[in-house]
Amino acid sequence: MTRQITEVEVGERIEAMRRRPQRFRDERITMAHGAGGKASRALVEGLVVPLLANPALEQLSDAGLLTVGTSRLALTTDAYVVRPIRFPGGSIGELAVNGTVNDLAVSGARPVALSAALVLEEGLAAGVLEAEITAMAGAARAADVCVITGDTKVVERGKCDSMYVITTGVGVVAAGVELSPHRVRPGDKVLISGTVGDHGVAILLARGDLDIEADVRSDTQPLWGLASALLGSCGAGLHCMRDATRGGVATVLNEIALAAEVGVVLEESRVPVRPEVAGAGEILGIDPLYVANEGKLVAFVAAEQADAALAAMQALPAGCDAAIVGEVREEPRGRVLGRTTFGGHRLIDMLVGDPLPRIC
Amino acid sequence: MRFVDEFRDPELAEVLGRQITTLCEPGRHYKIMEVCGGHTHTIYRYGVQDHLPENIELVHGPGCPVCVIPMGRVDDGIAIAERDGVILTCFGDMMRVPGGRGSFLDANARGADIRMVYSPLDALRIARQHPDRQVVFYAIGFETTAPSTALTVLRAAQEKIENFSVFCNHVTIIPAIKAILDSPDLRLDAFIGPGHVSTVIGCRPYEWIPRDFGMPLVCAGFEPLDLLQSVYMIMKQFAEGRSEVENQYGRVVHYDGNPVALQVLADVFALRPFFEWRGLGSIAHSALQLSPKYAHFDAELRYELPGVRVADPKACQCGEVLKGVLKPWECKVFGTACTPETPIGTCMVSSEGACAAYYNYGQYAKQRLTLEVLR
Repeated sequence: MTRQITEVEVGERIEAMRRRPQRFRDERITMAHGAGGKASRALVEGLVVPLLANPALEQLSDAGLLTVGTSRLALTTDAYVVRPIRFPGGSIGELAVNGTVNDLAVSGARPVALSAALVLEEGLAAGVLEAEITAMAGAARAADVCVITGDTKVVERGKCDSMYVITTGVGVVAAGVELSPHRVRPGDKVLISGTVGDHGVAILLARGDLDIEADVRSDTQPLWGLASALLGSCGAGLHCMRDATRGGVATVLNEIALAAEVGVVLEESRVPVRPEVAGAGEILGIDPLYVANEGKLVAFVAAEQADAALAAMQALPAGCDAAIVGEVREEPRGRVLGRTTFGGHRLIDMLVGDPLPRIC
Repeated sequence: MRFVDEFRDPELAEVLGRQITTLCEPGRHYKIMEVCGGHTHTIYRYGVQDHLPENIELVHGPGCPVCVIPMGRVDDGIAIAERDGVILTCFGDMMRVPGGRGSFLDANARGADIRMVYSPLDALRIARQHPDRQVVFYAIGFETTAPSTALTVLRAAQEKIENFSVFCNHVTIIPAIKAILDSPDLRLDAFIGPGHVSTVIGCRPYEWIPRDFGMPLVCAGFEPLDLLQSVYMIMKQFAEGRSEVENQYGRVVHYDGNPVALQVLADVFALRPFFEWRGLGSIAHSALQLSPKYAHFDAELRYELPGVRVADPKACQCGEVLKGVLKPWECKVFGTACTPETPIGTCMVSSEGACAAYYNYGQYAKQRLTLEVLR
């Protein structure tokens, strides 16, 4: 008869499994690989990174860092395939600029220039395309960057969904700026720049499959203003930033907890959520912590600087709802623990696949 | 959020928790099974156990709709979806349930057209939009979801929509509870009764449980305070030496259920002689099929199905978990070979499954870390 193992031992065994290098063993790509949770992580860390192996890529940051002469540059790229292409609060063109600008911003890099590649579906109305390029121009102006090169391709009808946009961005990292999960320490405070879940819920509702009407707008906006204010107010006390896109705040916190080998505790009652988003989440059984944002950053700041960081964010329109939502502990190492609004505790894990609605 | 936050008040929870503690008989261990997966989800999602004394153990029951679907029925669904011109529709939870030939998500990656819907009426809408295709609704769930399937069949009949059919996997809760009570290896003290099932069937169908087994049953709502109050009501029954069916969820559940829904169920469905439940085996009169009057909407008659019984993977102990005999973490493959991203058993798929709920939320609940440092 084998010895009965204890709950703690099972927990340790799961920890060991979580830390094992990711393996990609699926026979085919499913939609879960694109949802930003664990399946996406297995695809990137188990297939892409090992084959393209290099030190900059292996950091798995929002942007890759490189040094050219005496300048430190950040380079990032992203493909935008959102459906529908226009939604309350934004559109694919605006998203394509802001998303890439934000990956630079949270890497501590001032966005300088973008490239844009457009994949267009045969039959796309010229007016629709013009509106999206106008939206890109407006977003670029607002973020103070220029689109300096690009490409267009047309594919047969049905081979893409109206249009896809791929943007690449270059930014400059100022001397002395060092942001990395490895600088996150127990005692750090966790800040969120505003309400969570707006973008994902706006898209879900805009698809019109749900027959739910609510005034929820995407939060797509450039974050360099906020990032730069944080860098200015905290200096070296700003340890790490991430933008909470696919997989939401929960996934970002898990990524940092794993990379920094720390525990993150989240006071759920402090996380700002719009009532409309919370309500839609209740109906659909979706936790706003796992829903995508397109204009929110999560910052890890030394405790002494947390108040200054909060004030700096709240002084800007993009950060008016900012809040201190949690802190970094030694334990539970590699994990995110939530104190629920009910006063209990729960583990907040990474998203597994698409956030699927519960049925009853 | 109004009408929600009131049921999640941490201060009221503390008060209730203290009252529950005073009702406990010192030295006695209480095992209370929450039948419904929705309750399991709430318990973990909000850390309800943190407000209970340690000698009250919540045991998770079989009431998770996707958890009880056997592998063979998943394969049948895939076989339907792989036919030319078929659109299979199902609730989101079903997409990741593993069958013998992978899940619906895997079938989609191989070229099938399986779509997630939020209501069976959405499936009917897809059928209207695609008159050239056959649209099949993969129906799952207990008495909670069965009426909406029934109403959809009635609507399809009314509108004479011929390219629509239902692959029916609806099950009924009472035989499952019987199977658990007949299981020799489990000692329970009381039940938290399923809330939404009871909105349909009412509370009378449970009266044999206190009568024949001497166990209290309290029908409960799905907010965390609902659950705490139900535990309180159960403990009060123990303290007063009573054993009854009580209704905590009075704002939604009527003691006699919903007669209109019951009438619709009786019209559209008929009991199957037998149905295989994952982990629990074949249970007599435990599931629904379309009644002869609506048999022309029955996908099982419209299509030839493999109908092969696929044995659960050997390592999987979902059956033991569904019966509450094993705690999720006591299963041999829990968290290692079987995880939410690569589930072996169904309990690891849905957020209402005991294993997934425990894996996703539960593992550190016991540490009761104090987080007061946060300002």
